[in-house]
Amino acid sequence: MATNILMPALSPTMEEGKLARWLVKEGDTVKSGDILAEIETDKATMEFEAVDEGRIGKILVPEGSEGVKVNAPIAVLLGEGEKAGEVDISAAMKDIGAAVKAEAPKKAETAKPEAPKAEPAKAEAPKPEAPKAAPAPAAASQDGNRIFASPLARRIAASKGIDLAALAGSGPRGRIIKADVESAKPGTKPAAAAAPKGEAAGAGMAVAPLPDARLFYKPEDYEEIPHDSMRKAIAKRLTSAKTLIPHYYLSVDCDLSALMATREALNAAAPKNKEKQPAYKLSVNDFVMKASAMALMKHPDVNASWTETSILRHKHADVGVAVALDFGLITPIVFKAETKGLAEISNEVKALAARAKEKKLKPQEYEGGSFSVSNMGMFGIKNFTSIINPPQSCIVAVGAGEERAVVRNGKLEIATVMTITMSCDHRVVDGATGARFLQTLKRFIEEPASMLL
Amino acid sequence: MAESFDVIVVGGGPGGYVCAIRCAQLGLKTAVVERERLGGICLNWGCIPTKALLRSSEIWHLMHRLNEFGFSADNFKFDIEKIVARSRAVSQQLSNGVGFLMKKHKITVIAGEAKLAGKGKLSVTKDGKATDYTAKNIVLATGARARTLPNLEPDGKLIWTYREAMVPPSFPKSLLVVGSGAIGIEFASFYRTLGADVTVVEVLDRVLPVEDEEISAFAAKAFAKQGMKLKVGTTVTELKKGADNVTATLKAKDGKTESLTVDRVILAMGIVGNVENLGLEAAGIKVDRTHVVAGKYGETGVDGVWAIGDLVGAPWLAHKAMHEGVIVAEKIAGVKGVHPLNASNVPGCTYCWPQVASVGLTEAKAKETGRKIKVGRFPFIGNGKAIALGEADGLVKTVFDAETGELLGAHMVGAEVTELIHGYVVAKTGELTDQELAHTIFPHPTLSEMMHEAVLAADGAALHI
Repeated sequence: MATNILMPALSPTMEEGKLARWLVKEGDTVKSGDILAEIETDKATMEFEAVDEGRIGKILVPEGSEGVKVNAPIAVLLGEGEKAGEVDISAAMKDIGAAVKAEAPKKAETAKPEAPKAEPAKAEAPKPEAPKAAPAPAAASQDGNRIFASPLARRIAASKGIDLAALAGSGPRGRIIKADVESAKPGTKPAAAAAPKGEAAGAGMAVAPLPDARLFYKPEDYEEIPHDSMRKAIAKRLTSAKTLIPHYYLSVDCDLSALMATREALNAAAPKNKEKQPAYKLSVNDFVMKASAMALMKHPDVNASWTETSILRHKHADVGVAVALDFGLITPIVFKAETKGLAEISNEVKALAARAKEKKLKPQEYEGGSFSVSNMGMFGIKNFTSIINPPQSCIVAVGAGEERAVVRNGKLEIATVMTITMSCDHRVVDGATGARFLQTLKRFIEEPASMLL
Repeated sequence: MAESFDVIVVGGGPGGYVCAIRCAQLGLKTAVVERERLGGICLNWGCIPTKALLRSSEIWHLMHRLNEFGFSADNFKFDIEKIVARSRAVSQQLSNGVGFLMKKHKITVIAGEAKLAGKGKLSVTKDGKATDYTAKNIVLATGARARTLPNLEPDGKLIWTYREAMVPPSFPKSLLVVGSGAIGIEFASFYRTLGADVTVVEVLDRVLPVEDEEISAFAAKAFAKQGMKLKVGTTVTELKKGADNVTATLKAKDGKTESLTVDRVILAMGIVGNVENLGLEAAGIKVDRTHVVAGKYGETGVDGVWAIGDLVGAPWLAHKAMHEGVIVAEKIAGVKGVHPLNASNVPGCTYCWPQVASVGLTEAKAKETGRKIKVGRFPFIGNGKAIALGEADGLVKTVFDAETGELLGAHMVGAEVTELIHGYVVAKTGELTDQELAHTIFPHPTLSEMMHEAVLAADGAALHI
C-alpha cells in the first residue's frame, strides 16, 4: 500500500525545515537506510534516511522548499506492484498545503486536563510524532478556569481546607477524585492575590511553555519517578510565588560572638530531669526565630500580607520554620512567637519538625503564618535567597556561622559571622522598610540582650 | 513450531472473552482457549439461562393474577420442557454471539483444556491430543464451580447443582434448596412460583446474608408469603437417597433435628475456583485454598501470567470479571492511567421475586466504619407507578455519610430493582453526593422516582411518604 514519507523532526524542538536536496528521484527503488534527502534547519543540515522499502512514487515537495513543517508529507512511497499514476495524492497535497503555509501565529497552549500521551520522539526514527509541547495534566487549567473535581472531592476539600488548585487528579481526564483529596498533603489556601492567570503579570506577552523534558532523552537513559502530592504542591506553590510576587533581596552579616556566649550560658544552665535530659537545648536558629518575632513586633509593616484591596497587618508574629524532609519541604509555624521564650520556641520547633517528618502535621499547623525562617547553615551554605511562602510577605534565609576575616576600625580581626538574606514582597514592604527591619533583626541577633529592652 | 500470541486467555467466559476482545481492540494478537462453550458458565449455565427461566416464572406469576388486571381465562398450564428449551435457545444464541465477536475481532479460538507449561508456554489438550502454544502474556479466567461438602455431594440425578436445576428433565413437586445466596434463592423462587413445594435451608441467621439486614428481612417476609419455607441457622447433616426422592436430615441451631423428604435437592452452597489441572503450583502461582491470589491489576506475581474473574475470588459476578478482563488487557497493552477495580462500586443483583439489588455498604457495615451516617427509606407503596403496575411491595434504602454526603450504599427490593440499581452505581462511581442526587430530576411516573425519594428521606425530606 502506498504510504506518505513525512518531513522528519531532526531534533525534539524542530518545527519546520528546508528540504535542501533530494538524493532520490521518482521511480527509484529505496531500501531501509538509503539516504533520501538533505534537510536543513537553522542548526544544521542532516541526512534523512529511509525507514521502509519501496519505490519513490511521487516527490511532493520540490528541492529548495523552505518552511516545510514537521510531519508534512514530502513524497509518496509505493509498495510492490503499485504504479505511480494510480496513487491518489490529492489528500497528501492538501496536507502539504496546510503545512507549508506562512507562519501562523503561535497560540499559547492552555493546559488541557488530559494526561499527555507519553510518546517521546525517538531520536533516531525519521518518522516521529510531532513532539507535544507543555506537559499538561494539572486539573486546574492555567487560564484560571474550572477545576475538574468530583462533587464529593470538592466537599471533602472544602471541609478540610484543601486547595483543589494545588492537586492533580487521578480520575478520568485528570479529574480530582476523593482519593486524591484524601491523600493530599494540603497546600495552602490560595494567596488573596492568587488565581494564577497563566500568562504572568507581563501584560499581553505570551510566554512559551517549557517542552516536556522527556523529549530530550532516550527512555533507557533515565528512571522516571512520578510526582507524589507533596512534589506537585511544592511545584505549584513555589512557581506561583516566584512568578507573581515581586521579590527583592537584602543581606546583612551578623557577628555571632555575643549570641554564642549567651547560648552556651543558657544551655549550661538548663535544668535536667531524672534521665539527665536538659529541659531545653537552644540552637542558633532558635535565637533567629525569637529575634525575628521581636523584630516583627517593632516593624509591623513587615508582619503583613498582601490582598488585592488591602494590606493585612498581623497582630502576632507567627513565624514558620522551614523543615527539610526526605520527600520534600514543609514550613510549620510557631504561633505568637513574640510571646514565647527561647526554650519554648526551641522545643516547639523540635516537636514540629519531628511530626513533619512523620507526616503528622495538620493543615492549620503549616498554613498561613506571617513570616518564615529558612536555615541552611547546617549544610555549610554561606548565603542564599529563599522564595517567599504566600500569604506571607517576607522570609529570611540564614547561612552558616563561620570564622571570617573582618575589618574593624581599620584592623583585620577574626570573627564568627553569619549572613542573613531577606526576601521581601515589594508590594507590601518597600526597600527602606525592609532594610530597617533587617537592621533591627541584626541587632537582636548580635546583642540578644537588646531583645529585653 | 508452537503458534505464538501476544496474549492467550484461558477460559471463554465473561471475564475471558471480554479480556480477549479488549486485547484485540488494543492491537494485541490474541487467542482464547475454551474447553466447553464460549460464554462460559454465565452464558451457558448461569446468569443468562436463569434469567430466561425466571422470565417464564414471572409470566406464570402474572397469569395467576389475570383477573386483577381485567382478564379471565381457565386451564392455563406450563410445559417445563418448553420453558427449559427456551432458556437453552437463549444460551445458544448468546454463545453463538460470542463466537461472532471473536471472529469480528480476529481472536483465535482454541478448543481444549489448557495447562501452563513453562514460561510463556501453554499446552492445550483436546481429545487426548496436546498442542503447544507460546504467548507473551497468559490470562487465567477459568471461573468457578459449585462447592460440595462431605455428605452433600451432587449425583446428577436426585441431588442437583445449578446445572441440573437449570435443565430439569421433569418438574419436581418438592425441593430442598441448600444455601440462600443468589443462586439458591433464584432457583427457589423459580420453582416455588411454578408451584413446587420449596424449603430453603441456610446455615447463617438470615437469607441472602450478604444483603442489608433490612432487605434480607423484607425479602424473607415476601418469600414466606409466597409459601416458601425458610429455615435459617440450619444445616443439612445427611442426604439419604431413595428411589426417586431424597430424605434430608436438618439440624437447627438449638440441636433439634428434623427429617424432610423431597423429590430433589439443589445444592447452592457457594462456589470454588477452578484451580486444578492448570499447572499453577509448578508455575509458582499462589493459590489460597480455592482461588488464585492476584493483585489489584490481576498480577499473579509470576511475570506474564494474570488471573481474573471467579478464579480470583469475590465478588463472584460476571460484571466484575469483565472489568478485571479490561483492566488486565489495558495493563498488558501498556495503557497509562489504568485504575484498579473499586469493589465497593460493584452492584449485586438477585433476580428472584421480588428482585433484590444493592451496591456499597450495608447500614450495619457503614455504622462499623465509625462515621456519622444518615439513612433514607422509601417503600414502593408510596410510588404511583408501582401501584399502577400492581407491584407495590418493595423498599428502597440509601446510606449516606452525614458529613460529606457520600453515598455509602444503596439497597433495593421489589419489582425491576435490578434494572434500577445502576443509577446509584453511576452516582457512586462518579462520586456524586446526596446533593447532586437530590437535584437530579427523575422522570415521572417511574419506579426510579423512589430512588430520588429515598435520597430525600435521608434528610427527613421525602415528599411522597
